[in-house]
Amino acid sequence: MAKGHFGIYGGQYVAETLMAPLKELEAAYEEAMKDPAFKAEFESLLRDYVGRESPLTVCRRLSEHLGGATIVLKREDLNHTGAHKVNNTIGQALLAKRMGKRRLIAETGAGMHGVATATVAALFGLECEVYMGAIDVVRQAPNVARMKMLGAKVHAVEEGSATLKDAMNEALRDWVTNCDDTFYVIGTAAGPHPYPEMVKEFQSVIGRESRRQSLEKFGRLPDMAVACVGGGSNAIGMFAGFMDDKDVKLVGVEAGGKGVETGEHAASINGGRLGVLHGAKTMLLQTKDGNVIDTYSVSAGLDYPGVGPEHCHLHDIGRVEYAVINDDEAISAFDDLCRFEGIIPALESSHALAEAIKRAPKMPKDSIILVCLSGRGDKDLENIMNYKKKFDV
Amino acid sequence: MKRITDAFSRAKAEGRGAFVAFMSIGYPSIEKSEVAVETLISEGADIIELGVPFSDPFADGAVIRSAAYEALRQGVTLADVLALASRVRARHPETGLVLFSYYNLIFSNGLERFADDAAAAGIDAVLAVDLPLEERDELLSVLKPRGISYVPLIAPNTPMERVKESAAGLDNTFLYVITVKGITGARKELPKELSARLDEIRAAVDLPIAAGFGISTKEQADEVSRHADGYIIGSALVKRFGGAA
Repeated sequence: MAKGHFGIYGGQYVAETLMAPLKELEAAYEEAMKDPAFKAEFESLLRDYVGRESPLTVCRRLSEHLGGATIVLKREDLNHTGAHKVNNTIGQALLAKRMGKRRLIAETGAGMHGVATATVAALFGLECEVYMGAIDVVRQAPNVARMKMLGAKVHAVEEGSATLKDAMNEALRDWVTNCDDTFYVIGTAAGPHPYPEMVKEFQSVIGRESRRQSLEKFGRLPDMAVACVGGGSNAIGMFAGFMDDKDVKLVGVEAGGKGVETGEHAASINGGRLGVLHGAKTMLLQTKDGNVIDTYSVSAGLDYPGVGPEHCHLHDIGRVEYAVINDDEAISAFDDLCRFEGIIPALESSHALAEAIKRAPKMPKDSIILVCLSGRGDKDLENIMNYKKKFDV
Repeated sequence: MKRITDAFSRAKAEGRGAFVAFMSIGYPSIEKSEVAVETLISEGADIIELGVPFSDPFADGAVIRSAAYEALRQGVTLADVLALASRVRARHPETGLVLFSYYNLIFSNGLERFADDAAAAGIDAVLAVDLPLEERDELLSVLKPRGISYVPLIAPNTPMERVKESAAGLDNTFLYVITVKGITGARKELPKELSARLDEIRAAVDLPIAAGFGISTKEQADEVSRHADGYIIGSALVKRFGGAA
């Protein structure tokens, strides 16, 4: 029967040719999860190659300035390759190796997942091809250079809106054609089963570490954990660590672009309706006829019309609140973190930070907001300079 | 009415494979694709697959993708395709009509409403590219009461047990057997193992089977018809009837 459903969301809405590879993947994944040797190899790579654990950093000056809750960052930006994405690509590449696949393909938006996939391909001696929307190739040029340096072939996808969803379409076309020897490394907690579950498993190290570190450092859990949500991989990884801690409020932050009311945004849960895309039932930004809308966000990594199915379910049952942060608020939070704390965050993570900055002043001084700083912002500098020039900020 | 079953029976009686013709509706325009459908029926197409344009055609090759994008640019929707279907139905009471769509288009405004509209338009069966066996029950539950059937896709890597499950419980339809792993589009050569695969599938199920993906020439159609009950031509026809709107 149908697998991988989260409430009414999820499932396996793919072309028939992909059902066999998905079943093969599911079997390999389940077997690997039961194999202590797989787990041990995964953990040793996270430690010795990625550099985990990543620290918790207290934002002293920023929190004082805001005058309320203390903001604490989970520093996924300090991972090798500069974002949380590598946690997942190591897990999936280990699976690919186990399954005897010789080639990795990936879609990428901001390029962080593409870089993380190119990195593990080099590490394991696998071929790598990355699909990236042509618009993203331009606005995230430094990451394109990094992928090429690492030996990956980068395909600029010109079709449709030329962003992440179109890159994923092209990756699916590649996979359906080459599924015998190719492993599709999906970077976010979306797509058909078992990807949402598997990506959550590999990213849950973020939440587990954060929980333990919070207890060690503060003697208690945070009052709130905040993470940005495009497809939602860093968020689901963070939330996984606190799911059963009912007193920890969980907040996902979607990209509001120019404002949800303008229609130019990427807030699928807040502004979409139920649909099916890329293998899953999800909240989807679509026209009244059911075609997918071109999304917009200043942040390429959040510029996706769907969202991981488990997030939709967590929204429905009220466990996680999903807020919206617009471009201007994210840029302002980016500036704040640079100037108050000496940390240059990714534009994606700046959305989560902006939500924390909004909430902190309204919370008691002894409360703690944990923010997933999912990536570093080097890739965004040119993009941000252009934005500031355009809007004179 | 069993138009699809009848179409295959007629072809069989005439000692040929049934000709299933796919058209991207709305390309190069609604009017021209309607003319194309008429031409295909007059040339002997037994069943017409009406392709609904979708913004994210991830299972399609370049030809059908471009056609879909052009149709969308002109604002063609599922409602337009169904309106065209009902006009074709009025003129051709015997031709089998299959609505060929990505699932979101038929799902997102409510399956009941879709099934009512499809029934009113005279659609015989629905094919949803991204709706495998595991997920199809919710659609079948609204189609069956309205007398509409469903066309399952069978891939080169679909195990035989699954082929049988895919065919189970369906009537007035055929199995769409995909000839190659990959996306739609003409191919110079079909895989060598295709004939044996078609024979095996045909022996395992009661439904007629038709082969599609990559078939563009009469020679390929004839070759496939020796091992299947019909053949599907798509991209080659879309190309033929394309050109300037």
